Amino acid sequence: MHFTRLQQRRGDASRAAMSVDTQTVLRIASLARIAMSEEEAERLKPELNNILGWVEQLGEVDTSGVEPLAAVIANHTRMRDDVVTDGDKRDDILANAPVAEHGFFAVPKVIE
Amino acid sequence: MTDITDLGVAEIRDGFRGGAFSAREVAEAFNDAVAGSDALNCFIVKTPEKALEAADEADRALAAGEAKPLSGVPLGIKDLFCTKGVQSTAASHILEGFVPPYESTVSGNLLEAGAGMLGKLNMDQFAMGSSNETSYFGNVVSPWRRNDGGNTPMSPGGSSGGTSSAIAAHIVPAATGTDTGGSIRQPAAFTGICGMKPTYGRCSRYGMVAFASSLDQAGPMARSVKDCAILLEAMAGYDAKDSTSLNEPVPHWEAGLSGDLKGKKIGIPKEYRVDDMPEEIDALWKQGVEWMRDAGAEIVDVSLPHTKYALPAYYIIAPAEASANLARYDGVRYGLRETPDGANLQEMYAATRAAGFGDEVKRRIMIGTYVLSAGFYDAYFTQATKVRTLIARDFDQAWDSCDYLLTPTAPSAAFGLGDLSDDPIAMYLNDVFTVPSSLAGLPAIAVPGGLSKQGLPLGLQIIGKALDEQGVMNAGLAMEDRAGFTARAEKWW
Repeated sequence: MHFTRLQQRRGDASRAAMSVDTQTVLRIASLARIAMSEEEAERLKPELNNILGWVEQLGEVDTSGVEPLAAVIANHTRMRDDVVTDGDKRDDILANAPVAEHGFFAVPKVIE
Repeated sequence: MTDITDLGVAEIRDGFRGGAFSAREVAEAFNDAVAGSDALNCFIVKTPEKALEAADEADRALAAGEAKPLSGVPLGIKDLFCTKGVQSTAASHILEGFVPPYESTVSGNLLEAGAGMLGKLNMDQFAMGSSNETSYFGNVVSPWRRNDGGNTPMSPGGSSGGTSSAIAAHIVPAATGTDTGGSIRQPAAFTGICGMKPTYGRCSRYGMVAFASSLDQAGPMARSVKDCAILLEAMAGYDAKDSTSLNEPVPHWEAGLSGDLKGKKIGIPKEYRVDDMPEEIDALWKQGVEWMRDAGAEIVDVSLPHTKYALPAYYIIAPAEASANLARYDGVRYGLRETPDGANLQEMYAATRAAGFGDEVKRRIMIGTYVLSAGFYDAYFTQATKVRTLIARDFDQAWDSCDYLLTPTAPSAAFGLGDLSDDPIAMYLNDVFTVPSSLAGLPAIAVPGGLSKQGLPLGLQIIGKALDEQGVMNAGLAMEDRAGFTARAEKWW
């Protein structure tokens, strides 16, 4: 059941991938917070479609019953003592900020 | 006396300890080589004063009987590593001017072992590229040229292209590289040097600018297998600051080197015999098989059935992780900020990222954002991580019948700068032989094997089991001994 649903969604992705349009490119750019003109999106569209069309071939691999790989080498998540080991570095942290004021990162006004 | 810049890490270390030359003489010789290398564009920042400072400390330490493992040895550091007080940009505009207030664990380990730093090496921007043409600071040029008498600038490979070019040109004796899908091994092959990607988790990723965290791994690049062993010993080790760091003892790899392969089995994966593989690559591969036999190994045929899916899986997983990792570049905490007139916070983010990222970086962030977006996540990302499981399983099954795998490192010799830059997928195919072992987190070494008809280096790769760096380097040494690769690029820069 789950497999069928996945196949179905993969099918949807496949159709979408072959037809990423300029509006979709602009939407992805907006999600990625990259300012983009319509001309740039137009230029990027065939490049993205080529790459997406190429990675489509993964759909032909039968992965039913296969777990996604999360860690390549068996490793244990370690616990450490719940004590402060770091801190008191405000000036170091702010040293590379494009704009810092009064000991804070400064950004354009957020609240009107 | 031989030119100091022709010496490798072991020779410098031993010559320095034996009193053949001072650390200061070594640092000055390499500083001069660095200063005269601008035509290759290997360096983003040169740090001759750092090299001299470490050299003077090495000379003092030797006199006091306190020499450390790498005392007297100056190195290059790839610009992906954060270096305290020295600009670290990952060859990007968005990090231009970023001066880390801390040191990466790997570069810190090398400095702690007594090494000096000659400078920060150019690379593909955020390690995304296979030709070193995506750096904001300009292309790196390989010291190698075709033997046709022309002067076409050749790619040093990527992403560790500044590293490979500088080592091949004898501008640095050795340097750090990083490998996400082949970024140590392919540039090593293109420039006729050695490059070792250790098991994922051997080297701490702390302070290494993140590209794809489940794949990124630091490693040494040098002109011999032995030099790689020496450097890796200093670089590797458990680090509590990286949650994926392996808490395993670091073996004495240099002391354990042996090119005797009696009793070892070398697997030849049939799926690596790709279509359109140049005849000379195939011929070198066959030659490599003979070298392994000569070293006492038994050759067996093996199958890694999911090999053809490794590249497409990689080009979903790596961009997906990159899109998440590179979200931190927002113009607030470090690096570039672009604030168009009247821009609000969101517009500032978008303008900063548009101005600060190069085309290839944007392309990968866009792909990553798309494959992780609602409705596509399972079809692309989850499917790719399942295929990754199958690729890792292929290797596990191969280890039932062999100890190491022997493959070509790259599907061709170096190409000219600009030859592939209009075709992302053709560029991605450069990593066809290196990506599968990256996806499985396995150690692998690239060793130069010979020259192409055009006079350009060709490499062979040994892949081994997780944590068996010793075995991988031993098989690499057996190959190095038999290949007797001594060719070097004629100086034109």
